[in-house]
Amino acid sequence: MLLIACPHCGNRPETEFRCGGQAHIARPADPAALSDAQWAEHLFVRANPRGVHAERWCHAHGCGRWFNALRDTVSDRFLETYPTGAQPTQTSDARA
Amino acid sequence: MRRFSLSSLLSESLKGHRGWGRQWRDPQPKPAYDVVIVGGGGHGLATAYYLATVHGITNVAVVEKGWIGGGNTGRNTTIIRSNYLYDESAALYEHALKLWEGLSQELNYNVMFSQRGVLMLAHTLHDVQSFKRHIYANRLNGIDNEWLTKEQCKDFCPPLEIAGSLRYPVLGGALQRRAGTARHDAVAWGYARGANARGVDIIQNCAVTGIRRDAAGAAIGVETTRGFIKAGRIGVVAAGHTSTVMAMADLRMPLESYPLQALVSEPVKPVFPCVVMSNAVHAYISQSDKGELVIGAGTDQYTSYSQQGGLHITTHTLDAICELFPQFTRMRMLRSWGGIVDVTPDRSPIIGKTPVNNLFVNCGWGTGGFKATPGSGHVFAHTLATGEPHPINAPFTLDRFRTGRLIDEAAAAAVAH
Repeated sequence: MLLIACPHCGNRPETEFRCGGQAHIARPADPAALSDAQWAEHLFVRANPRGVHAERWCHAHGCGRWFNALRDTVSDRFLETYPTGAQPTQTSDARA
Repeated sequence: MRRFSLSSLLSESLKGHRGWGRQWRDPQPKPAYDVVIVGGGGHGLATAYYLATVHGITNVAVVEKGWIGGGNTGRNTTIIRSNYLYDESAALYEHALKLWEGLSQELNYNVMFSQRGVLMLAHTLHDVQSFKRHIYANRLNGIDNEWLTKEQCKDFCPPLEIAGSLRYPVLGGALQRRAGTARHDAVAWGYARGANARGVDIIQNCAVTGIRRDAAGAAIGVETTRGFIKAGRIGVVAAGHTSTVMAMADLRMPLESYPLQALVSEPVKPVFPCVVMSNAVHAYISQSDKGELVIGAGTDQYTSYSQQGGLHITTHTLDAICELFPQFTRMRMLRSWGGIVDVTPDRSPIIGKTPVNNLFVNCGWGTGGFKATPGSGHVFAHTLATGEPHPINAPFTLDRFRTGRLIDEAAAAAVAH
């Protein structure tokens, strides 16, 4: 079980959290302008890196707030957690 | 390759079984092959076997970074069934099940395929309705599946607790009698032996580090830790690592890789006659021929390549096992392990062409790929040999995520499966 540092509550066990998948996927500003391929990219394609992954977590059974994290998917070790809207201090291995 | 037969077994038993020799060669990679398959699991080896036997293409290499069958092929709970809801899936998995039924004879290798029946338990009214819908859909597709009352479930699987006092009482179950289990290692070894005998090179401890492309963008070979290997066509069958291999050709995939865990108990005498699955309380259990209870747990909620998962995932499954089978509450668990499964958004596999010429992919089998091994290899071999999909894998394109023609078994099963 992972130990996750909620930016608002501190270290808590993983079972208090819900993982929300890859972070920083912005909904297209003008959805009608997108081609089918661009929609598929937005909806379905994921970075899935073997390495540092930027992902969303929700402290569902705690403060209830969403935040972001960088985690190494080989060691499952968290590099950092940071509030929604902020940028991480380190870079992920996900290619844009 | 020496055939296994009664006479060869008898003569070897008199000679202390010292004359069998290696079942497949350990060759150096040649500079070029007609087809290079990336990934020496069951699906990759089956692909090589059917390329050689069905299509006569024997100048084939299977490149494996570890040892064959050492990934998810050797880590799964070996459940085989074909009772999927949608026509496309039913055709694919039934194709595999029919190949399973003759596989030991075909390969001259005992894969210990045992059609002991898979019983899927219903615990809620929604389960009952959903399973009956599956049963009717399966029958329309010529696939056996039948409804059992809870008393019939108890007759079929005596260790099952059907008391109404359970938190999630058993209301009945869907039984596919032709479903069952097989010996996972033997599947990899049998296909490897058969492919090797027809000239396929199985190259272990050789990791692919790059995919080389020509000026037009077509794939022309793979860079490996043992040098460059030229390839007419490349088939990537890399399961949980598909995203990383495809990234070598600058392709991004609709895949996420999750840890999936399983565990076995101490071995005991035959006590469990079938396979029981409960999607609702998340328990998957059968008994191996060695006597161990083989138990499948769920995936973790986060993507990972660690090949291990959280202990709370396995304990959650064991809670369900103990509730459904009270006689196992004092069993001790012997080993647990994890594998990395590549999951698509619609929980159906991707088998076919990619936007890169000469590069093909067979991936996205998620948590249930073992059952499809022969069928997957058979249709992927057709795709690699002809350049076009077999009718059975034609719906399972990468392009379906653009067109929207998803095969949504995730929604059909209402759970991860």
